[in-house]
Amino acid sequence: MRRQVPLAITFIVGWTLIIAVFIPHPPFGQLGENFTTYFDIIAVFAFILGGGNLIRVHGNKVYKKRQDWPYSIVTILGFVVVLIAGLFKIGNPDGLSGDLTQPGSLFQDLYTYIFAPLQATMFSLLAFFVASASYRAFRAKNKEATVLLVAAFIILLGRTPIGGYLTFWLPESLSFFHIPNLAYWIMTIPNLAGQRAILIGISLGVIAMSLRLILGIERSYLGGEGERS
Amino acid sequence: MFEKLLSIDRRIIFIFVAVALILPLFLNISQYIAISPEVSKIYDGLEELKPGSKVLFAFDYDPPSAPELQPMAEAVLKYCFKNKLKVYIIGLWPQGPMQANLAIEVIRDDPQFADTPPVYDQNYVNLGFMSGNELVIQGMGSSFQSTFPRDYQGTPTADLEMMNGVNNFSNIDYIFNLSAGYPGTVEWVLFAVDRFHATLGAGNTAVQAPQIYPYFHAGQLQGLAGGLKGAAELEKLVGFYGKGTKFMLSQSFAHLTVIFFIIIGNIAYFATRGKKKQ
Repeated sequence: MRRQVPLAITFIVGWTLIIAVFIPHPPFGQLGENFTTYFDIIAVFAFILGGGNLIRVHGNKVYKKRQDWPYSIVTILGFVVVLIAGLFKIGNPDGLSGDLTQPGSLFQDLYTYIFAPLQATMFSLLAFFVASASYRAFRAKNKEATVLLVAAFIILLGRTPIGGYLTFWLPESLSFFHIPNLAYWIMTIPNLAGQRAILIGISLGVIAMSLRLILGIERSYLGGEGERS
Repeated sequence: MFEKLLSIDRRIIFIFVAVALILPLFLNISQYIAISPEVSKIYDGLEELKPGSKVLFAFDYDPPSAPELQPMAEAVLKYCFKNKLKVYIIGLWPQGPMQANLAIEVIRDDPQFADTPPVYDQNYVNLGFMSGNELVIQGMGSSFQSTFPRDYQGTPTADLEMMNGVNNFSNIDYIFNLSAGYPGTVEWVLFAVDRFHATLGAGNTAVQAPQIYPYFHAGQLQGLAGGLKGAAELEKLVGFYGKGTKFMLSQSFAHLTVIFFIIIGNIAYFATRGKKKQ
């Protein structure tokens, strides 16, 4: 019974959603919309579980003073402060009835002055690591690596005005070799072909996996052992 | 000497990159921004809209992607407000609608909009974030109001004047999606375009843009702006120059620095390869 019920739910919901795509009329269209709402309700529980799990994992780490435990204190503090600022709308000019992100509210200030700059800083560090990694790893060791290297040069130059300046003197008959044109060609011909192949492969995989789930062949999501048949 | 070059301290590379990124911010060099066909098509799509047309903005990104996508958002929003288009904002990412608010604050502070600042529920509405990823888009195809019962400020959507007559995608003239990953442009193409026949233009991060080209060339996506270059092109087309154009110089210098180090690395590699074999 513990297995049959989830399998039956998956089967019914899966087929209903598929039918709702092709027949968006009652009762299937409405059912499709209802399932969207159910998804939101389940997502709320996932948020609660996620928050609880974060406190449990990092609380344990602090309690047992495992490696780098002071960082866990920062994580817990960050979580609690933002949660309280959001739930009680601290500093909100219109109080609890006002918009969560009104100018002056603690939640909005935390986002604007702490969260956004911190996330942007973390991402900006990539520029430095990419430069360092490119220097060490980008070597023309063989034909394939050389092709990759040349393509990278063209894209790097073609995505800036410098690419245009470098080859502006080329005559019209050789305009194909103008670096921005070469960059566009790489993006729209070899890149497009590769991306399409990947997309088609992924799509076929998704269809196959979805059918396995709906028909109950794939059961690993139920947990336990020996679920694959 | 070449052995030393091969084992160069990465902090030296970091200093070069930092100088290449920061120095151009203090220079006033104008650069020629060439317009690519994919960005040009976004502008063509916007130009076809008459005053009063409805444009849906989907802000599907967070602060890390803001340097590339925020200039696009500001440029296209300015274009919409200048041309009296009605703007509807939503986000499939929790931080998206907050990024939209930041963009609108910038526009309010812009002297060009001092006489006509964007007014809520007259020029734009922000319906906020809704969890559910592609299911949200699917829900919007049936009813905007049941998918977003309240706006960002907690006002019932039905009470908003701008929502009168806006039920689903058939009432929206253009969708502009700003995307940094999942859920994003791919999901808008699959549901809003393929299923509900909406017209979609997209701004993507430079990392994500190559994955989106198949949809652009298949005609599912009307136009595509990729990375900071796309942002600079959009700014040039709409006539509102901002951070996209300004940061382009930093990107040019940074790319040249990366290329310089790759060349140096390869010269050192080939110069020392013979010795290693011996």
